[in-house]
Amino acid sequence: MGILVDRNTRVLIQGITGREGSFHTKLMLEYGTKIVAGVTPGKGGQVVHGIPVYDTVKEAVEHVGSIDASVVFVPSRFARDAVLEAIDNGIKIVVVITEGISVHDEVVMVNHAKHNGTIMIGPNTPGVLTAGEAKLGIMPAHVFKKGCIGVISRSGTLTYEIARELGKKGYGVSTVVGMGGDPIIGMNYIELYDRFVRDPETKALVIIGEIGGDAEERFAKYYVGTGREKPIVAYIAGRTAPPGKRMGHAGAIISMGLGDYKSKREALEKAGIPVADKPSDVPRLLSEIL
Amino acid sequence: MKLYEFEAKKIVRDYGIPVPDGMLARNIDEAVEAAKKIGVPVVLKSQVLVGRRGLAGGIRIAETLEDVAREAENLFNTRIRGEEVKYLLVEKKIDFKRELYLSLTIDRAARKYVFLASPLGGVEIEELVKQYPDKLLKLYIDPATGYSPYMSRTAAKFLGLSKETWKDLHSIMNSMYKLMIELDAELVEFNPLAVTDKGLIALDAKIRIDDNSLYRHPELQDKALRELSPREQVAKKYGFSYVELDGNIGIICNGAGLTMATMDLVAYYGGKPANFLDIGGGATRERVREATKLILTHERVKVVLINIFGGITRCDEVARGVIEAVEETGAHKPIVVRMLGTNEEEGRRILEEYGYKVFSEADEAVKKAVELARR
Repeated sequence: MGILVDRNTRVLIQGITGREGSFHTKLMLEYGTKIVAGVTPGKGGQVVHGIPVYDTVKEAVEHVGSIDASVVFVPSRFARDAVLEAIDNGIKIVVVITEGISVHDEVVMVNHAKHNGTIMIGPNTPGVLTAGEAKLGIMPAHVFKKGCIGVISRSGTLTYEIARELGKKGYGVSTVVGMGGDPIIGMNYIELYDRFVRDPETKALVIIGEIGGDAEERFAKYYVGTGREKPIVAYIAGRTAPPGKRMGHAGAIISMGLGDYKSKREALEKAGIPVADKPSDVPRLLSEIL
Repeated sequence: MKLYEFEAKKIVRDYGIPVPDGMLARNIDEAVEAAKKIGVPVVLKSQVLVGRRGLAGGIRIAETLEDVAREAENLFNTRIRGEEVKYLLVEKKIDFKRELYLSLTIDRAARKYVFLASPLGGVEIEELVKQYPDKLLKLYIDPATGYSPYMSRTAAKFLGLSKETWKDLHSIMNSMYKLMIELDAELVEFNPLAVTDKGLIALDAKIRIDDNSLYRHPELQDKALRELSPREQVAKKYGFSYVELDGNIGIICNGAGLTMATMDLVAYYGGKPANFLDIGGGATRERVREATKLILTHERVKVVLINIFGGITRCDEVARGVIEAVEETGAHKPIVVRMLGTNEEEGRRILEEYGYKVFSEADEAVKKAVELARR
């Protein structure tokens, strides 16, 4: 049982016939994800790794029955349309892998999801993985061992790096969620933490943040306010990043005096969340709080 | 992407928002000509993309045509926070009673559009607002419903505007929202928005366009390159991200988070990163080659540190790109590689064949790079 998805989650892949969509459909199937359909407009009738492809989400739902979640691989210019189509067809979890989406499209997508009770993860996320059950996204499965640590991250490869460090020291993961590296994202630390708190399989959390915005600071406040229900260790990237420069992720920018490393680290430590100096220190800090 | 003030003002004027009469000057003669047409006194405003230009002396008032010539010469010969002044905006000097702050932007936490209004217009709004948080009004807008006139009345009351100007403010805010959506702006800002006897007027205008939306605005696309250094332009062309820093250890990684973490690790072990370079997800051999060439040929770089955690990125593709870059540039700088993940074995084999040691642990690789940079 993951916090969002598990082995019974029925999954749709939007953009299944594209290079990334098709490649990762195969890897997700190998992991055990229950993919039931794919959608690519104009490619209806094709079959990708044994999965039937439809022109529209409506047709997919009509043919294969209810769909719980969708993973979106469509190019950035068409992502908004794809996400709205998923939401309007009643899909309750949408994981948006696509990067480089217009921030205005993101605002529209996120608000439409909220109005319709849909959980949106991303955009620009490596996805969601429930260890040993399901993977909705592009995370390299082999670095994630099954265990009791929940992971919430703003980054992709850094998540793999830290998950590997955890594995080296015998720590496995329950659910791993990439929130996405963009300024506007569907789910933030607070919303995901609430789900981890209710998850009996998660004993502690690792949060992986980076410079830009004030999501870490806001979470620190919330964590204290709600009684610090589960222990957390954090790592924040970007200690040496200069202000005013976007560090790859659209969201990773120190601007208007907001979002620098020091402010995040202080806020987290004040909330009783130890912050690792480097990724390889995370397991040690975890052993100290568990 | 930032627009120059004169570009922003042209757009703003087209949307019906009042701005002072102004002309663009590329040299002293043009500045004097403009001042003659507009009529002194005028304000000379250096057109630069860096912020806080006024505090850096980039704005001058000229009472006479002689003043104009002298001040224009001064401005053309100064650098504003390191930026060369290529244009001056010559504007009619406006008498005003009060300076307000008004902007429209996107709130990351609320995930909505937000109008910010403050009676404390002029300079350094961020600082003032920190000091007087109750002097800032936030009005959130859901994209599904958009702007509604009550917002302008709420803002007008907060700003202490007389009833006669309520309509002006509504028209300005309505246009700002329209402009924001139609141009895919991430910021539309008037600081100050001045209160005059004749109503409201935007004395300054700032517009920033969302980079990811530029494909919808081909007329703006060329402008996006002008903010970038030559190296950043190469990066843009080949699809990776590059930011210049001031150390001597060149860094190449995949993924923004891992790249920043690698920079931090370099600093942790006592080294100084020369750059941020993220080759992005699923980089081709060509992209890796160009990225590596960029770092190898950077005069300040003593050691190249490559840290790859291959998920969507394939290690063999990276290795081939690196080798090609070395062969094309003939550079002899040491290269330290840490590589893990997809097609790791093949990537390792290729690099070891050329005599490079490949590390598995990030800490070990970084320590090695720092040690080499010290020699």
